[in-house]
Amino acid sequence: MNASNSIGIVSAKRAQFDTPLIFRSGAVLPRYELVYETYGKLNSDKSNAILICHALSGHHHVAGYYAGEPGNIGWWDNMVGPGKPINTNKFFVIGLNNLGGCHGSTGPSSIDPETVQPYGANFPVITVEDWVESQARLADLLGIRQFAAVIGGSLGGMQALQWSLTFPERVRHVLAIAAAPHLTAQNIAFNDVARSAILGDPDFHGGNFYQHNVVPTRGLRLARMLGHITYLSDDAMADKFGRELRDGKFNYNYNIEFEIESYLRYQGDKFAAYFDANTYLLMTKALDYFDPAHHFGGDLNQAFACAKADFLVVSFTTDWRFSPERAREIVRPLLHNRRNVSYAEITSTHGHDSFLMEQPHYFDVVRAYLDNVSRECGK
Amino acid sequence: MTRNDIARLAAERPDFAAIAAWIPKGAAVLDLGCGDGSLLRYLKETRAVRGYGVEINDLDIVSCIANGVNVIQNDLESGLSDFEDGSFDFVILSQTLQATRHTEALIREMLRVGREGIVSFPNFGYWKNRLNVLLGNMPVSSELPYQWFDTPNVHLCTLHDFETFCRDHHVTVLERRVMSGEREVSLLPNLLGSTAVYRFQRGL
Repeated sequence: MNASNSIGIVSAKRAQFDTPLIFRSGAVLPRYELVYETYGKLNSDKSNAILICHALSGHHHVAGYYAGEPGNIGWWDNMVGPGKPINTNKFFVIGLNNLGGCHGSTGPSSIDPETVQPYGANFPVITVEDWVESQARLADLLGIRQFAAVIGGSLGGMQALQWSLTFPERVRHVLAIAAAPHLTAQNIAFNDVARSAILGDPDFHGGNFYQHNVVPTRGLRLARMLGHITYLSDDAMADKFGRELRDGKFNYNYNIEFEIESYLRYQGDKFAAYFDANTYLLMTKALDYFDPAHHFGGDLNQAFACAKADFLVVSFTTDWRFSPERAREIVRPLLHNRRNVSYAEITSTHGHDSFLMEQPHYFDVVRAYLDNVSRECGK
Repeated sequence: MTRNDIARLAAERPDFAAIAAWIPKGAAVLDLGCGDGSLLRYLKETRAVRGYGVEINDLDIVSCIANGVNVIQNDLESGLSDFEDGSFDFVILSQTLQATRHTEALIREMLRVGREGIVSFPNFGYWKNRLNVLLGNMPVSSELPYQWFDTPNVHLCTLHDFETFCRDHHVTVLERRVMSGEREVSLLPNLLGSTAVYRFQRGL
């Protein structure tokens, strides 16, 4: 971490919402809490707010670090901070943990006040549209009528796109990074295998494992291992691990031999130790369901007809989960609807994970775009 | 962009003013190989166009965005498949024609996507270029600033060549302006003009 341009010590806040939220599925959540962080200062006409939407495993701790925990750095600290591309000297930046998450916002592991038990399997299946609705209520609470920008990578990019469709008047710029207008069959297939790993773990107990004091670690771990393979590129894996052997020789057994096995299992274990299995299921379903064209007979041009924002779409050459071709599927309906849109295709070896990495062209593009956005903001 | 910037650009790139003169206010414009977005910005300021650029170079993408110009990062040579038929009033190829490989296909794509095409290119038939070749060297000038070994220009042509191309490909030239520096050339344009700008449409 470069201490000189970190936002420094931050703390999480909590907002309580007592108006019932009606989900796309028809389910109703009578009340809920969202945990969030803010960086920078909201200007007097409240025109400089940026919302950061997180991806599958993300959360509200976007930048800075917690008091007494200098190692607990936000997940997008390289991007967000004073003088960084998402410049907290100019913008008031909000990060939140999505509803259904496992980092403090109401989710499957929270206690349902009705039953005084964890929601578990009873937590409603959530969609990107539901998230946007809940995020808008947080904006209301903070007095933000209109965001200068909503920004997200991957599943976060889908939320940013949805903002421009659900609340066209409430967002001036959308930055959709490493995103797609919907998942392909292959993507849904990966998610289904991940979910099957969790659902098939005997410790899952139909989602109510909390009461049994167990965690479906094996399933979660497998799900993460699979996900991780798809987030990296073939080249990045070859560069990082190749066929390196841990002991330098074949041992002719099923223990960890290749370095890539060691890495994947480590990532799986690390993730399974803190992430909630039900949240993982919810997040992957939200990904699967996202498809703005669904309500328009598959016509994405019509879906984006209501959008009023300007757009920056960014993709990465080695991202095969949300490839450049998929990003251009976002660009085309925007061109059709005569939106202001720019599209940058970043040459990168890091696969889907590229959106989290500091790379000069990528950061220069985001910085140049947001510098112009900041010039439009009032005082 | 200040009044001074506009004046400076007009002086540095005489083809900009020529192009702008053909474009009515509020037109939809696609600029292929838009570089740092200067032309689009110039057209935005002087003609209030709704414009997009296509560019492949990373640094230029950042400059376009900084210039407040819409830019799509893509290779022109792979076609204009992101753009719908007839979605622009004008498709511009400014000082890029000579560096394209699939020139015929690109002109066809320009007239699929746009109602009219505009190209500007350095005239290889300009007397100074001819003299250079006559004296035994490839020309190097402000219009052709590259050495033979590092030039991106693979399809240089003269005014005559381009007009023959248009005739052979059912492209109708609507207007032509030929310049030497900032000065308009009317006498012996293929010999005395260093830069040419054409406006054209699909032939009937």
